[in-house]
Amino acid sequence: MFTSGLTPKIWQFAVSTRALPAVFFLCFCATVSAQDGQEASQLQALSEELSSKKKAIQIQAIDQLAASGDERVERWLTALLEGELYRRKGDNRIVYATKSGKLLALKDADTGEPLEEVKKRSVSKLRINNAIRTQLKGLLGTLKLKHPDANIREQAVADLVGKVESAAMPEIRSIYQSETNADVKEQLRLLISVHDLENGSDEQRSEALSYVDGNLHNPVINALRNMSLNAEDDTVRLQATQLLSQAEKKLVWYSRLETLFFGISLGSVLVVAAIGLAITFGVMGVINMAHGELIMLGAYTTYFIQQLLPDFMEISLLLAIPAAFCVSGVVGILIERGVIRHLYGRPLETLLATFGISLMLQQAVRTFVSSQNVAVINPSWMSGSWAVNPALSFTLNRLVIIGFCLLVFALLLLLFSRSGFGLQMRAVAQNRQMARAMGIRSDRIDALTFGLGSGIAGIAGVALSQLGNVGPNLGQSYIIDSFMVVVFGGVGNLWGTLVAGMSLGIANKIIEPWVGAVVAKVMILVFIIIFIQRKPRGLFPQRGRAAEA
Amino acid sequence: MHKYVSGAALSVALSLGLGTSGFAQETIKVGVLHSLSGTMAISETTLKDTMLMLIDEQNKKGGVLGKQLEAVVVDPASDWPLFAEKARELIEIEGVAATFGAWTSVSRKSVLPVIEELNSLLFYPVQYEGEESSKNVFYTGAAPNQQAIPAVDYLMDEIGAERWVLAGTDYVYPRTTNKILESYLKDKGVAEEDIMINYTPFGHSDWQSIVSDIKKFGSAGRKTAVVSTVNGDANVPFYKELANQGVSAEDIPVIAFSVGEEELSGFDTEPLVGHLAAWNYFMSVEDETNDEFIDAWQSFIGSDERVTNDPMEAHYIGFNMWVKAVEKAGTTDADAVEQAIIGVSVPNLSGGYSTMMPNHHITKPVLIGEIQDDGQFDIVWETSGLVAGDAWSDFLPDSKSLISDWRAPLACGNYDVSKGTCSGQNL
Repeated sequence: MFTSGLTPKIWQFAVSTRALPAVFFLCFCATVSAQDGQEASQLQALSEELSSKKKAIQIQAIDQLAASGDERVERWLTALLEGELYRRKGDNRIVYATKSGKLLALKDADTGEPLEEVKKRSVSKLRINNAIRTQLKGLLGTLKLKHPDANIREQAVADLVGKVESAAMPEIRSIYQSETNADVKEQLRLLISVHDLENGSDEQRSEALSYVDGNLHNPVINALRNMSLNAEDDTVRLQATQLLSQAEKKLVWYSRLETLFFGISLGSVLVVAAIGLAITFGVMGVINMAHGELIMLGAYTTYFIQQLLPDFMEISLLLAIPAAFCVSGVVGILIERGVIRHLYGRPLETLLATFGISLMLQQAVRTFVSSQNVAVINPSWMSGSWAVNPALSFTLNRLVIIGFCLLVFALLLLLFSRSGFGLQMRAVAQNRQMARAMGIRSDRIDALTFGLGSGIAGIAGVALSQLGNVGPNLGQSYIIDSFMVVVFGGVGNLWGTLVAGMSLGIANKIIEPWVGAVVAKVMILVFIIIFIQRKPRGLFPQRGRAAEA
Repeated sequence: MHKYVSGAALSVALSLGLGTSGFAQETIKVGVLHSLSGTMAISETTLKDTMLMLIDEQNKKGGVLGKQLEAVVVDPASDWPLFAEKARELIEIEGVAATFGAWTSVSRKSVLPVIEELNSLLFYPVQYEGEESSKNVFYTGAAPNQQAIPAVDYLMDEIGAERWVLAGTDYVYPRTTNKILESYLKDKGVAEEDIMINYTPFGHSDWQSIVSDIKKFGSAGRKTAVVSTVNGDANVPFYKELANQGVSAEDIPVIAFSVGEEELSGFDTEPLVGHLAAWNYFMSVEDETNDEFIDAWQSFIGSDERVTNDPMEAHYIGFNMWVKAVEKAGTTDADAVEQAIIGVSVPNLSGGYSTMMPNHHITKPVLIGEIQDDGQFDIVWETSGLVAGDAWSDFLPDSKSLISDWRAPLACGNYDVSKGTCSGQNL
């Protein structure tokens, strides 16, 4: 990245974090002549120190390496940060290594030429810890301030906000002057303002104050808070206090929005988990204690699909959805045909039998797969978050699950109200005898309805595998909540399930910050007990002959 | 005549043969009391296998006191009262000489009265909250001063943490540990408002609000660290949420007391890299005894993917101590072994020796490891020497003046130094 076109000026640049108040000096020099590939580089010379077990020695060696001005420094430091630098036992040469099956493929760190493939034991990794990671990120950040890619520059500046020492400010200001990209310039302005708020001259400070009006970045808020308490100048203190109270008002609103989002996302998890049960319990009246295990089967299906197709991680979830629907659906139909159909009209026996099935399914997974949890990978489009502004961001996996929940709900609603199968299902649920008299094969409808509910539980498993653990006990943690949602919403009503799930989720998240997660859950349960006593049929009681019977 | 002689000789030989084989079949029974089904099966099944391996190896070396050992495995199914029943079955019906088992504190508390009533021995291999010392129990896991306190010291001195989040699952171990830590932090001059304490139910899966609170708590411009006593499964969604909300280990490091190699094998470890754990043993310890143990374990279990962890090391130490004590006492009688085992030293897996102290706790090194992307720990810090387990914490007002010493003449698990009395078994 450093071409000789850069100004041949040696400048020092200091970065510090509060965690590590050391000052790292780094010299960017393009003047050092390109080293001869044959000659051992500074990296190899520092081989001993870089692989030292003493972190202080490693830190010093990294500083030396960064100060060497070699043009390969950025690549080396990046590789060190990513854990790709290894030391070859025997000649102690430092190499790049990447996994290649069970072996490691080596590349010479000086020349980049491919070397042999070796076993793991013949090289040892250069291990780094948090302090060194912070150091490397700081060093790379300063290197990247002049990166040709504007996005990388912007990120580098964003990482440095609030962490720059006064000594480096003149250089930053000159970079600001010469920067052409508007976004990067904006970030640099923020970086300079945060510095000036606390350490700038009077003029710089008042300029910074007017700039940060309405800004919600955390370093800005902290600087304002400090100033409102400690600034010597009264007008400055007053101005800072004003800005701070305005910003805090906004923050309160954003945090309410955030709570609402948390509530909706918890609600959608509840709805996703419960909606299969809303069909089997709500429409058919079967108390299916194995519902949780059908969710678990869906989650395990996701795991096996990821294991079978390691190269298609990004789309594995999309493949898992139909697969999980089929697996859980078929198991559901088998349970219905094998056990439940003999027990219609005997809810207690159904409860016991399905509870037994749930234990069998759990133990089967323990025996045939493993009693350990299995690792389901999150595809990259479900990791991280979407930042609306510095004070508000939504996590992607939650957003996807909210969308997924609404989609499944809409499809089910369509199926129920617009398809022949939905009509028959409702007919059987409302009046079995009459439906049979009209020529509906109620047996077949029972099996298919139960299969549908189970299949939906399966795809709920795919969604839930992205949030928590996948293990034999997965189902246990959702079964109580699922029943709670269905009963609260009103048995036999899909809309009831949606409204109940969402309101329980939101209520839970509003209460939680006050009383803690444990008491919040207790309060919700107490509320439901009282509610059910008042309105035994739930939020949306089902009307019709069957309901009155 | 000849016929009769040979017939008699044959019958003598036969009866002798039967006699010796009958004699050889007399074994010493060892109880293994770990859940093989239910919630805790995830952690405890491995310990059952570890015990089977240790017993198997000891038998290959000729057993103990010239007799072969026989493992009696029962399944208390993660059901706490069932632990007591199964313990009674092991001791009364099977007649085991010692029992190795239990994981959660509540299961240990459930077994305790049975073990004491029937005067048998229990080796408990998991880190716990302390505040207990029974004549019949040996605590081979860490007491709070062997894990929690050094971990806080590390964060304070090496990382420079000034604000603290104590996050835990809502049961006895996190509550007691956090009480100890809170009092310890205040002793060190940390202000009340710089400590945030948070409890969540078992298996908690929705960490959004809590992580968001931690993030806000940590955004005050001073270094914040999380001390996590969150147990088991709940850790996965916790770390996932941290990563998704953009909290990295460099900003807010989380140090965990219940996350080990075994737990990490069920995680996608990418979001966890750089977070910390405090234990007395890590699989990545570079030592020959450890290499041998790992090789033996992997070949016993038939997979080179399986990992080793801290409670396994505790069983390794506890079992070897018991073997040594039985040989020293010349009998498996509980009272004799109990007295013989105090002061016994055996190698641990981190290159040193662990000794059984008079308070039935052992000496161990304390290690801090950073999670790596391969699910292993990189050891970043360790105590300079061994730390002796303290049964009664010095940081709780109720237990400050209590000591435990099971040697004669004191022979008391909770001797009150200020009053000069032994307050009886387990407060």
